[in-house]
Amino acid sequence: MGIISRAFQGRPRDHDEKLPPGQYLVHDFPVLSAGPTPRVPLDRWEFAIDTPEGEVHRWSWEEFQALPQETPTVDLHCVTKWSKFGTEWKGVSLDVLMEDVESAAEYALAYSYGGYTTNLPLEDLLDGKAWIVHEFDGEELAPAHGGPARLLVPHLYLWKSAKWVKGIRLLNDDWPGFWETAGYHNYGDPWREQRYQGD
Amino acid sequence: MDQLDYQDGNALAGPLSEIFTLDVTTAHGTCAGCGRRGVLAELRVYGPEPGLVARCPGCEEVVLTLVRGPKDAWLDLRGSVSLRIPIAE
Repeated sequence: MGIISRAFQGRPRDHDEKLPPGQYLVHDFPVLSAGPTPRVPLDRWEFAIDTPEGEVHRWSWEEFQALPQETPTVDLHCVTKWSKFGTEWKGVSLDVLMEDVESAAEYALAYSYGGYTTNLPLEDLLDGKAWIVHEFDGEELAPAHGGPARLLVPHLYLWKSAKWVKGIRLLNDDWPGFWETAGYHNYGDPWREQRYQGD
Repeated sequence: MDQLDYQDGNALAGPLSEIFTLDVTTAHGTCAGCGRRGVLAELRVYGPEPGLVARCPGCEEVVLTLVRGPKDAWLDLRGSVSLRIPIAE
């Protein structure tokens, strides 16, 4: 037990419990960038899911907007150690997008306008755990934060929530993405502090 | 005009000096994407977090990334065909 008790730290206990190890709380929304910000006109925007069996499912912006929408409120955890609580989004659950997709694939690779990629097990995209979101805090999603639409997978570090998402490729074998091949952890669970390869 | 969201390749000098004993920002590289040749100091460097990403000023493809963890550094030269590094005689 430390000399300084929780009471003297001035932080509510529930915040401590919501903060994964090694993280600190921010109230702004930092922008991290690995390249130029893509500007994608909505009339040319498309989202696709393809499978190793050869199926391709595509949605135009209008078709995507016509799908059932959800408004998840989630905590975000960035591998650079900031966390942001209670962020409000609007978008389409991956469960809806995957409804008519038939595949035996177990892995997924999200890819983006601009060339970014990130990989995760398919099960991490299902059962209410992931969305393609297009609004943040009641406003259309700004390009700096991944607009027109980004993947949102809040139970993993934020680099898995690919900005400017263009599609998801389902795969029989795991295919590490941009940061996963550059030193970051293949899975990225903030509660197990899986930041770098070998963590 | 938008403010530039990257630095030039001289921003690599400090971080890469942890790995190389020579200043490699003066090395000549060839981009695997478009074949453009130039010194690393001409690259466009995004970051530093979650890692440095140096892109070709010609085609914007990634030439190298550098991720610095607490115990290891990962240098990925995925978009570089070769580096010609000047060595003092």
